[in-house]
Amino acid sequence: MKTRCAVIGVGQTRYAARRDDLSLAGLVREAALRALEDAGLSWGDVDAVVIGKAPDFFEGVAMPEAFLADALGAVGKPMMRVHTAGSVGGSTAIVAAHLIESGVHERVLTVAFEKQSESDAMWALSPKYPFVPPLVAGAGGFFAPIVRSYMRRAGAPVEVGAMVAVKDRLAALKNPYAHLQMADISVAKVQASPMLWDPIRYLETCPSSDGACAMVLASERAAQGAPRAPAWVRGMAVRSEPAQFAGRNQVSPRAGRDCAADVYAQAGITRPREQIDVAELYVPFTWFEPMWLENLGFADENEGWRMTLDGTTALGGALPINPSGGVLSTNPIGASGMIRFAEAAQQVRGLAGAHQVDGARTAVGHAYGGASQFFAMWVVSSEHA
Amino acid sequence: MEGKQDPASPAEALSAPYVLAYTYRRSVGPVIGRFLTGLREGRIEGVRTAAGRVLVPPAEYDPETGAAVGDFVEVGAAGVVQSWCWVSEPRAGQPLDRPFAWALVKLDGADTAMVHAVDAPSPAAMRTGMRVCVRWRAERVGSVRDIACFVPDEGSGASEAPPMPPAEPVRGMLSPVHLEFTISPGATLSRFLEGVVEGKLLGRRCPACAKVYVPPKGACPTCGVPFGDEVAVSDTGTVTSFCIVNVPFEGQTMKLPYTYGSVLLDGADIPILHLISGIPADEVRMGLRVRAEWLPAGERRPTLESIRWFAPTGEPDAAYETFSEHQ
Repeated sequence: MKTRCAVIGVGQTRYAARRDDLSLAGLVREAALRALEDAGLSWGDVDAVVIGKAPDFFEGVAMPEAFLADALGAVGKPMMRVHTAGSVGGSTAIVAAHLIESGVHERVLTVAFEKQSESDAMWALSPKYPFVPPLVAGAGGFFAPIVRSYMRRAGAPVEVGAMVAVKDRLAALKNPYAHLQMADISVAKVQASPMLWDPIRYLETCPSSDGACAMVLASERAAQGAPRAPAWVRGMAVRSEPAQFAGRNQVSPRAGRDCAADVYAQAGITRPREQIDVAELYVPFTWFEPMWLENLGFADENEGWRMTLDGTTALGGALPINPSGGVLSTNPIGASGMIRFAEAAQQVRGLAGAHQVDGARTAVGHAYGGASQFFAMWVVSSEHA
Repeated sequence: MEGKQDPASPAEALSAPYVLAYTYRRSVGPVIGRFLTGLREGRIEGVRTAAGRVLVPPAEYDPETGAAVGDFVEVGAAGVVQSWCWVSEPRAGQPLDRPFAWALVKLDGADTAMVHAVDAPSPAAMRTGMRVCVRWRAERVGSVRDIACFVPDEGSGASEAPPMPPAEPVRGMLSPVHLEFTISPGATLSRFLEGVVEGKLLGRRCPACAKVYVPPKGACPTCGVPFGDEVAVSDTGTVTSFCIVNVPFEGQTMKLPYTYGSVLLDGADIPILHLISGIPADEVRMGLRVRAEWLPAGERRPTLESIRWFAPTGEPDAAYETFSEHQ
């Protein structure tokens, strides 16, 4: 590493079911301009652009990175696109941060987006492929049996799922960018909502959102001129594994455990539950909160649900998870991982607003994608070293 | 390897059509929206950049600098062909159903060219530098196709566009996509599907880890080595987990609700996904013992859909410990 990487600017769009006031180009531009403004920079200060989104099927635009170059001020500059399914927002930020740490660039703009309203992710994720029956019904259908396996092996009470749904939607009320604003959410309401993919109910699922998230990353030297506090990247890693192999632990994939072990080692973290102040985890269906708490080493195996049940993971608890409202409140798929990374950075910068965790100094951003097979994480800190 | 044919190779490699079709609903944003609204009203507008260039069709951001573009500028409905190519066999969905030219047309007052069709009688009627003018569609909807095509300008210029009743500004457009692929599953899966037609489930064993995969893959995902012996696997098994689907969505072909599960076939080391039926949905459970219900021999095709579903065998449930490592 030639330099540490700092997050000196964060920009998010207003998230909504449909941003039909903007084109795809206008959407990424809104986030990028806000990130530049936060960093006190203009287009000319940016050395390179790294962009990420989920499958092209989601908007039906092949190679959107080429189509979006002028909207992102990338004319004449290095620009690349990253794609690792739902984890892409995280892995995009990591590719951008590597360009800083390696000393290749001083300031990199990284942007991730999705405009789900232009198509139907259920359709895009459920192709009628020949030779097999058309069974899978979107991401929820794929993950429901895995959630059922977790509930069985952990012996978790059924209301844990509903409690995560309530916690994250109440947190979203403190986040002006969040898509869902459900002041009247309650455990009873979640449990009365329609069963979509048994055992997953409607209010236990993420929404479909339009939106983009952007960050300006900088070297130590470039960060010196930043007008606001930086977040320092203290560890980052990606891991992957095959979607199917004999004996695969789908509930707690090895790739996720290895990814966490790697970032903690880089950041000098040996007791994550005590040393990390807040985490933004990729939780598109409620039960993934306790599942990832275990996978990432915040709880022992089969014990993660107890942290949800006793309030540890609520805003004000000992380890708040998703104080932004999380993926359960806002899900522009390709951007969702970057939102986790950016929200973690905002917490340690002290800029998270009404959902700020008091005194947060060390935070985790996490994303996963595909068949729980791609993982991306970073640890950010208010301290340089 | 003359004379040493793999007994597990298929008689013929399979292939099947795979079609992806969807109509995207794009939002076009304020700049392209105004351009399309203008077309509906029979008017062509570009935008002026900071350097004074007029872009037609407009871009939202200056392609040279990335800056937001400035004022709108109306340009002429006639211009000059900058380059062209001849389409002798038009395809479905193209602007004309007879041979035509694709051309880059720089409209009068514009600094950039737009792509559109030119309705010319033959390639001999086309040349770079020729003047062409717009032929408007009578019924216009706010689409680049409101320009039906360009035609060679005989000196009279473009005719007026017939008026359209006033309407809201254009905010979006529909964009149909239709892709046709041919999927070849490869020799290993073709051989497996041949077995399915015969009512057999043929897995393969990894020579390194000894795990049996069904359907088999080309190589073991864990060990990275080609699979070894073919292994017949039972058509009975255990439901390791499942989902009851109640969600309708575009393109769905299954009748709701349906239950699908991971079925660990007896003799296999990885579950397959299939429909669970022959039992009320609320009685499906982990550990349920099931058997394949095959279509009659004459109706089976090389697809796992030749198994109608898996239905309970009536045996006692399998103990959790026997399948907990397969979730």
